[in-house]
Amino acid sequence: MKSERILAQNGFAQSEIMLDLYDLKKVYPTPKGDYVVLEHLNLQVKKEEFITIIGHSGCGKTTMLSMIAGLNPISGGGISVLGNSIKGPGPDRGVIFQSPSLMPWMTALDNVMLGVNRVFSHATKKQKEDICKYYLHKVGLEGAFNKRAAELSQGMQQRVGIARAFAIKPKVLLLDEPFGMLDSLTRGELQDVLIEIWNKEKITAVMITHDVDEAIFLADRVVMMTSGPNAKIGDMLTIDFERPRTRKAVIEHDDYYKYRKYLIDFLEH
Amino acid sequence: MSDKLIKITRFVGLGFFEPVIRLSRGEESKKNTILILKKIVAPLASILLFLGVWQAGSQALYNIEADSRIEKAFNGQGQAAAAEMRICIESGDVSCQPNTLPSPAQVYGAFKTLLKDHKVINADKKRFKEKTAILNKQRTSEGKNPIVYTGRPSFVDQIITSIKTVFAGFLLAIFIAVPIGVVIGLSSTLRSSFNWLIQILKPVSPVVWLLLVFMVVKTLTKDSNTDSSFIISFVSVGLCAMWATVVNTAMGVSTVDKDFINVAKVLKLSAFQKVFKVILPSSLPLIFTGLRITFSVAWMVLIAIELLAQSPGLGSFVWEEFQNGANDSNSKIIVAMFVIGIIGFLLDRLMLIIQTFVSFSKNEGI
Repeated sequence: MKSERILAQNGFAQSEIMLDLYDLKKVYPTPKGDYVVLEHLNLQVKKEEFITIIGHSGCGKTTMLSMIAGLNPISGGGISVLGNSIKGPGPDRGVIFQSPSLMPWMTALDNVMLGVNRVFSHATKKQKEDICKYYLHKVGLEGAFNKRAAELSQGMQQRVGIARAFAIKPKVLLLDEPFGMLDSLTRGELQDVLIEIWNKEKITAVMITHDVDEAIFLADRVVMMTSGPNAKIGDMLTIDFERPRTRKAVIEHDDYYKYRKYLIDFLEH
Repeated sequence: MSDKLIKITRFVGLGFFEPVIRLSRGEESKKNTILILKKIVAPLASILLFLGVWQAGSQALYNIEADSRIEKAFNGQGQAAAAEMRICIESGDVSCQPNTLPSPAQVYGAFKTLLKDHKVINADKKRFKEKTAILNKQRTSEGKNPIVYTGRPSFVDQIITSIKTVFAGFLLAIFIAVPIGVVIGLSSTLRSSFNWLIQILKPVSPVVWLLLVFMVVKTLTKDSNTDSSFIISFVSVGLCAMWATVVNTAMGVSTVDKDFINVAKVLKLSAFQKVFKVILPSSLPLIFTGLRITFSVAWMVLIAIELLAQSPGLGSFVWEEFQNGANDSNSKIIVAMFVIGIIGFLLDRLMLIIQTFVSFSKNEGI
């Protein structure tokens, strides 16, 4: 079987795999014939693994992520979570979007509650509220439970976005350049928030980023994609830093510049 | 304290009072004086200009009419009759007044007459009520209908009836148009299948709507002997005015931010939650724009519909005065015109206030 062959290549045992993309293909029909965005894309992500995906703009990273989220139909191959193929979107895959995408007319708490209500529909109101408050607390928004999303800064809104994604306790967390629209100072803060909450929850995460430093700091493994059309996985790099990590320790580590050079070399060729 | 006052004046659309408040507190006197000139003195000057043009115009029309009367008398009955006519017109006698555009002073006079008339009718009503109170009590205990006042309605009563009709029509429009707009907005299939109907019905004239409603309501109320003119007029008003809301709601619902829809999909919200928690709130601003247009259209067509449907209200007031042809009828029509305009403006302001209250992008509350 095809997928077993690929498993053997990667050397992951079946029971270890959380997310499996096999022979994934995406085609957009155009008047001039089919445009193949992704082809023969194979990727396995282990349980409790954090991977980051880097590649040039327009190479199909976001397409791939929205296919995993179930928002974009698959043209060929398949995606499975814990061995079950996905059918459309679902709360087993949480998404943090590029823009915070909060409902601006709701409070921070209500925005988180929107998903929690759905997933923990049998819990009491108090329990649900406690879950929301716990995660909002974790992302540093203790004082802003009842502020409307429209009143929050971009960085604060993305914090709510993180809380919303974690609060529904997904099996896989998908992050589509979540900090791309923020200034570098806020981006650093939010990376810390994200990694802190992730260290506790250890949810399998797939994150797209343009930022090489971010990719190294957050990931267990950096996946490099070739430029489109017909994009696929070009190379992978395992980041062997111990967790929990601090930014300072990572930057001062001997291997840091080696990793960095490797990634930049890939992107420049 | 006066910061709050400024906020309130801004909120209700009286922002032009802001420099007065600021000046009275001694803030930036030069800037605020200029603002007062611009926002209060200039509009007042334009009002005076308007009144001046009106006065001159009505004077000119009066002279044309008077001259033609004198000439007519001269041609018909000779010199003596012409001189008599001239004296009659100059004396201000009611019987030979030229019938033309009334001057501002005449209109103001008619306004006062109407108010006085309202007081008289009100007093009359009160007296009637007192007189019949005991008798009515007796009649109701016997199971008979109480005797009600059937005298002539005053001008203020007409205004109130018109406002009632417009609100009834507006509510009907909301209850029909918003659900239709939401359903059509949600489904592109329905949108394209019903688009022709909306596009054809939208430009239909109020008069035709009235006749259509008349046909239907007449048949439906065949057995009851209640007055159906109110039903006919408010239903026609609602049907005429609702199209802006249908179109705007459908547009708002169909163009909800794609990010919000994605969130709803990822969280697997139920269809009910998706509509009520995501789609409706985010299309509220556009829905309200539609409702505001609907409201102003409703007020505009109301007058024409009342006029035709013979249902009580400002429209029939105008029509009756025109048919009446009394000496001050023209002035009363102009009074009604201003009242209609001012009430329309106030109603639009009311809608604007509600709109700023419910839309999420603006800062809310005072």
